[in-house]
Amino acid sequence: MIRKAFALGLLTLLTFSLMSLPSAQAKDPVLINAAGATFPYPIYSKWFDQFHKANPDIQINYASVGSGAGIGQLQAGTVDFGASDVPMTDDQLAQAKVKVLHFPTVLGAAVVTYNLKGVSTDLKFTQKALAGIYLGTITKWNDGEIAKANPGVNLPNADIVVVHRSDGSGTTFIWTDFLSKASSDWASKVGAKASVNWPVGLGGKGSEGVSGLVKQTPNSIGYVELIYAVQNKMSYGLVQNAAGKFIKADLASLSAAAAGAAKTLPDDFRVSITNAPGATAYPISSFTYLLIPVQIQDAAKREAIKQFLNWMITSGQGSVEALSYAQLPKAVQTKEIKAISLVH
Amino acid sequence: MSGATTAVGRVHPPSRARQFIRRLTSGDEIAHLITLTFGASILLITGLLVLELWVQSSLARHQFGWKFFATSVWDPVFGNFGALPFIYGTLVTSFLALLIAVPLGLGAAIFLAELAPRNISDALAFLIDLLAAVPSVIYGLLGIFVVVPIMRTTVGPALKSALGFLPFFQGPNYGVGFLTAGVVLAIMVIPFVISVSREVLLTVPTDQREAAMALGATRWEATWKVVVPFARAGILGSVFLAMARALGETMAVTMVIGNDPKISASLFAPGYTIASVIANEFSEATGDLYIHSLVLLGLVLFSLTFILNGMARIFIVATAQRGGAHE
Amino acid sequence: MSELLDGRMNASADQPATNSASIAAKLRMLWRKSLNLVMLSLTAACALVTVSVLGFILGYLIWHGGSSLSWNFFTKLPAPVGETGGGLANAIVGSGKLLLIASLIGIPIGLMGGVYLAEFGGRTFPFMVRYATDLLNGVPSIIIGIFAYTVVVVPMHHFSTLAGGCALGIIMIPIAVRSTEEFLRAVPRGLREAAMALGASKWRTVATVVVPAAFQGILTGLMLDVARVAGETAPLLFTAFGNRYWSPGWNQPIASLPVMIYTYAIAPYDEWHQQAWAAGLVLMGLVLLANIGARIVLSRRASFLRS
Repeated sequence: MIRKAFALGLLTLLTFSLMSLPSAQAKDPVLINAAGATFPYPIYSKWFDQFHKANPDIQINYASVGSGAGIGQLQAGTVDFGASDVPMTDDQLAQAKVKVLHFPTVLGAAVVTYNLKGVSTDLKFTQKALAGIYLGTITKWNDGEIAKANPGVNLPNADIVVVHRSDGSGTTFIWTDFLSKASSDWASKVGAKASVNWPVGLGGKGSEGVSGLVKQTPNSIGYVELIYAVQNKMSYGLVQNAAGKFIKADLASLSAAAAGAAKTLPDDFRVSITNAPGATAYPISSFTYLLIPVQIQDAAKREAIKQFLNWMITSGQGSVEALSYAQLPKAVQTKEIKAISLVH
Repeated sequence: MSGATTAVGRVHPPSRARQFIRRLTSGDEIAHLITLTFGASILLITGLLVLELWVQSSLARHQFGWKFFATSVWDPVFGNFGALPFIYGTLVTSFLALLIAVPLGLGAAIFLAELAPRNISDALAFLIDLLAAVPSVIYGLLGIFVVVPIMRTTVGPALKSALGFLPFFQGPNYGVGFLTAGVVLAIMVIPFVISVSREVLLTVPTDQREAAMALGATRWEATWKVVVPFARAGILGSVFLAMARALGETMAVTMVIGNDPKISASLFAPGYTIASVIANEFSEATGDLYIHSLVLLGLVLFSLTFILNGMARIFIVATAQRGGAHE
Repeated sequence: MSELLDGRMNASADQPATNSASIAAKLRMLWRKSLNLVMLSLTAACALVTVSVLGFILGYLIWHGGSSLSWNFFTKLPAPVGETGGGLANAIVGSGKLLLIASLIGIPIGLMGGVYLAEFGGRTFPFMVRYATDLLNGVPSIIIGIFAYTVVVVPMHHFSTLAGGCALGIIMIPIAVRSTEEFLRAVPRGLREAAMALGASKWRTVATVVVPAAFQGILTGLMLDVARVAGETAPLLFTAFGNRYWSPGWNQPIASLPVMIYTYAIAPYDEWHQQAWAAGLVLMGLVLLANIGARIVLSRRASFLRS
């Protein structure tokens, strides 16, 4: 009886070990982990999905946790590459344990989304209005600064519920970068960083959290990437640009914002294009970057990542406009393809 | 038993060494050793945990010292960290939770222990224990989609119009904030108050109740003036237990508190708790000082729950002993 | 208490009382009786409110979650953002894998630790072990997550199923120890003594008589323990992290039901909200199953012991 059980057990063990032997044809799957910005998450999740379908043995698992977490995880060595809307500063790069290269992926826009029932037209926001709202000096929706830009619109006499990011965010950097250029008050009191000391407001985690809060909370206002407002059918307003015009975020105004920068792009691609000059430029635009380590030890991972970068710059750009992101300017694309060889 | 028997019949007792080896290889000693090893592993894990908390917060402790508890700035960019807003948020939400949960819980416990027939009491106690088994994230889910809208549209405005003169109920009402977090926490800790209080009340000897009734007390008077005071140490223990539980709650609070590290008198304002900030910011903390500050916050939380749990145990055991002594 | 005595004495002693005194006494009695009724009804109301909260939670979950449960939910991977048709198959399997590792850590240590505390040991060491267990029990789960991060994730240089399982396993230990010890102690002394009288050594008694006698109770305790950690979210946030795909092996980040509920609940997409409700229902169903199952087993055992 015991001998039978023993024999059976041994047979089972043998069968299992035979089953787990890799078959001759299948390649070892390359599993890559990445984390970072929520700003481009919709297009990244689409890209990684498409890339995986085209290359079934490469699986890129991207966690949308915010630019701050992306940089943090990359530096801690717990992910293979990161993603951030805000390029790392010189100081950060100098102190970084893992040296990185910045690869722009798409152009995105941070829009001002709001939840105002009864207001059907798109609101226009002056630069002063946005700075005032987020500084806490403008507290009501029918404040003069907002009203004068929107004549004829019935603004309610309600408190503005300000929503911002609670986590370290590239989108916050883009937003505060714009506000710093828009208002010297903001620049001196708060500044432009991925994580700031917000004077007022509720914190949402990720672009998802901010859009979630704005969607649920009446009379609220928040800043999120364009696609989040579009996909959730939320209203977003027009923003006054450096030339004084009220511009709505779309592919044309995004490309206009990047047009000037494309010619003067530094070699490491780090640039800010908020409040760009030009009558049609959308003022809260930004490149968003993948942070790729300069040195990748694992050969399979390195090849897979380089393959993805190549695909992303050539074929991937075709899918971005459907999700309201703008393609990278041609000049940037050419420069980037050359930069891929720097990863070793 | 053992030992060499000479031809004459004298028995030499086995040597000390042999006795020791025999004891060691006997099943009992091995079993004792094995189970002791597992017990020791628990000690090891716990010790290691406390050690890690201490070591991984050293930078922050050396940099800030006791000032950590007095600063309200939380600035990851400039490396200036202070625990005050988070300690405030943790204490306020937990206190609110207790304010709601203790009267409600004690009332329910009294009903279950004193009034309800035994089988109904057992059945209801089981259902209430089920409440304790609901995962925190599900409370958060219901918090976002059910409690927050109710607080924003109904309860908030009602409180504002009735008690708006108090600084607690002034300011804009977002739906998320200290009050909502307190309410959600209250629902989460009420089962602990009920189950411990109920058990403690059940250990009060019947002769206490009977003596009160014999003196002409009504049922309520007997309960409130005799039984409850007798068990008050245990009930206090259940309060500490509930508080310790509330302090450490993470997910449900993170989802409804508004995530704003500010100290505000208004209960409608958004806030932040220690557990929430760790949950939100730990995976993005770059730089050792940032991580160490978060771990230091964790150490503070750990110490608070440790003290409260210890006090809870003392009080609950005291009541049990008191009840037993009277038998 | 003195007013009780006063009332009593006044009621009987002063006869025939003056009209005002007897009216006062009657009023007082009325007040006490009505207070009694009011307070007792209030306590019943408290109990009712508490139980109805549970009913509400279950009802809401069933209503919202039930409508979102679909074949897709159980079989598909998450779809790219904004697209429909995705599911949480990887999170369900992920939770299963995490619970497997957690059980492999928590059950042996908890069981043996409980046996040690109940059956063996002297004065000081069991006291220390018990103290450490109680201490571990009171640690907030997110702190245990920090611990698992520093001890498993950082040396390994990535998030992994192993790290998440370790965190959950550590949470399991104190509960397993406590319930095992409780059920072992509940085994009647007579059983032990009978075994010893028949010549069994201590360990033989424990292994072949005491533990089997307490087996049902211990099993239910462990079942409840697993159900408890199945819902833990905070410690998984920076140990298991999350994964949009299947997670092969034990060294990769892995999705889990509670973390997905959290991620989807705070997002704006309605499709994700529906999946969060469905996941919540599945999780709650698991917890309920374990609790009710444990209850049934325990009540059957209680009646068996009584007979």
